Amino acid sequence: MCGINIAGMSDTATKLSAQSLNLWFGSKQVLKNINVAFNKNEITALIGPSGCGKSTLLRTFNRMHDLVPDVRIEGEISLEDHNLYEDGLSVTQVRRRIGMVFQKANPFPKSIYENINYGLKINNIPAADRKGIIENALKESYIWDEVKDELQKPATRLSGGQQQRLCIARAVALRPEVILMDEPCSALDPLSTSKIEELILKLKKDYTIVIVTHNMQQAQRIADKTVFMYLGEIIEAGPTANIFEHPQNELTGNYVQGHFG
Amino acid sequence: MKLALRENIDRTAKWVFRATGIVVIAILAGIFFMLMWNTIAFFLKIKPLDFITGTQWNPSGGQARYGILPLLVSTCLVTLGAMAIAIPLGIGTAAFLSEYAGKRLKNILKPLIEMLAAVPSVAIGFLGIVVLGPGIAGLTQQANGLNALNGAILLAVMSLPTIITVAEDALQGIPGTYKEASYGVGATKWQTLIRVTIPAAAPGILAAVMLGVGRAIGETMTVLMATGNAAAFPKGFFHSVRTITATIAIEMGEVPYETTHYYALFAIAAVLFLVTLIINMIGEYFVNKYRKYHSA
Repeated sequence: MCGINIAGMSDTATKLSAQSLNLWFGSKQVLKNINVAFNKNEITALIGPSGCGKSTLLRTFNRMHDLVPDVRIEGEISLEDHNLYEDGLSVTQVRRRIGMVFQKANPFPKSIYENINYGLKINNIPAADRKGIIENALKESYIWDEVKDELQKPATRLSGGQQQRLCIARAVALRPEVILMDEPCSALDPLSTSKIEELILKLKKDYTIVIVTHNMQQAQRIADKTVFMYLGEIIEAGPTANIFEHPQNELTGNYVQGHFG
Repeated sequence: MKLALRENIDRTAKWVFRATGIVVIAILAGIFFMLMWNTIAFFLKIKPLDFITGTQWNPSGGQARYGILPLLVSTCLVTLGAMAIAIPLGIGTAAFLSEYAGKRLKNILKPLIEMLAAVPSVAIGFLGIVVLGPGIAGLTQQANGLNALNGAILLAVMSLPTIITVAEDALQGIPGTYKEASYGVGATKWQTLIRVTIPAAAPGILAAVMLGVGRAIGETMTVLMATGNAAAFPKGFFHSVRTITATIAIEMGEVPYETTHYYALFAIAAVLFLVTLIINMIGEYFVNKYRKYHSA
């Protein structure tokens, strides 16, 4: 789609961006000519009706589609100056620099401590440093006070909201540059949701955050920028207030007012 | 009138099915009862301690000996040997099928592996005699290759389909979200398999192993053909052994009815039954535990 106003999203602080990105599953084109940029230390919300390709787009940024057969990707994705799919960056390096939090909290069936320790071990972080990093990550994710006395407890016994904060801690423990979140609150009650939103706002100062959400209020509460997608295309992107209050495109207006979803 | 007929059919069907169910249970109970009855008859003649600790099995000598140890050790030797081969091979194949093989390859391999379970044991035993036996004999400079190793290799082949199928189901049952979480922190496929997928599937894999052991331990024809059946106390993998199953198969045909020897064969069968029962129960326990874990 030409003529989209992305001027507000491509200044010098661009951390992560996609240029002319197209993606097919088999013969079905799921992403169509995506151009988008995410700024450093900002939260960008991806919104749009189910099946519009938001999650698919999100997953291209840490190469999760590598696991799927029959997927074809064209175009460029850049993390600062590196092309994620070409520049000799290995997929494991990409995923370490770009962390991910999934829709359904997915702690490993291991202890709380091991859940974070796992990523540290995988990435060869010296054993002597791990304990401090784990404590720090749990504090950063505002779950430390709730779990500090039972770090050896199976993570699966935590509540849904706690599990999701643990998953965020697992991601931040590796000090990624970008954190991708795929509807992190969709399975949570309002109280847990507000805790996670608070956490996301606090993480903004250290990380670039891209979050997929179905919740319009959530996008307005936390996102600096909002990107509206429809049928695999970006229809409109810009500062959140503009998207919700003065949408340029009729589709965007209809969607944010809840006329379709 | 028609209604009455339908109701009669319904009632008859109920009785027929109830009868078939009772017949099956009665047959099983009969087998169990016969096994126990003859075993007790044996222990009235031979002291259980002599039976369990005796190192000689020689029922037809001048002084008959009924020590189960050589047979039990033979069975254990062959089974352990089989598992030493089949467990790594089976889990490796299961991991390959579940994590690495493409859809098309998997669709070819899985039915092939399951077909392996349908090869008659006598055919596998035959392979042991004509292919594996001479091979082992050549390698070890022995007169023949009918020994514990031969039997172990054949049993490994026979228990592989069970181990692969059950272990593959276990690995396949691990939620994709665990794997995604692991890839998400930068783990490779190998790290994910070893540190996340296999530990999470451990109960199912253990069940696979137990069912494989159960399959190997009760196998008769193959070991009868391939292990040489020397009655001496087993000395190792490169020596001939004689398992419990083979002993029963060999001797049952020519033993005089209701002699001590006759009862003795039931006694060793009871021991085999007990061992298999325990192993299958452990296997079932883990299968159920694994099911619960996944439905939760």
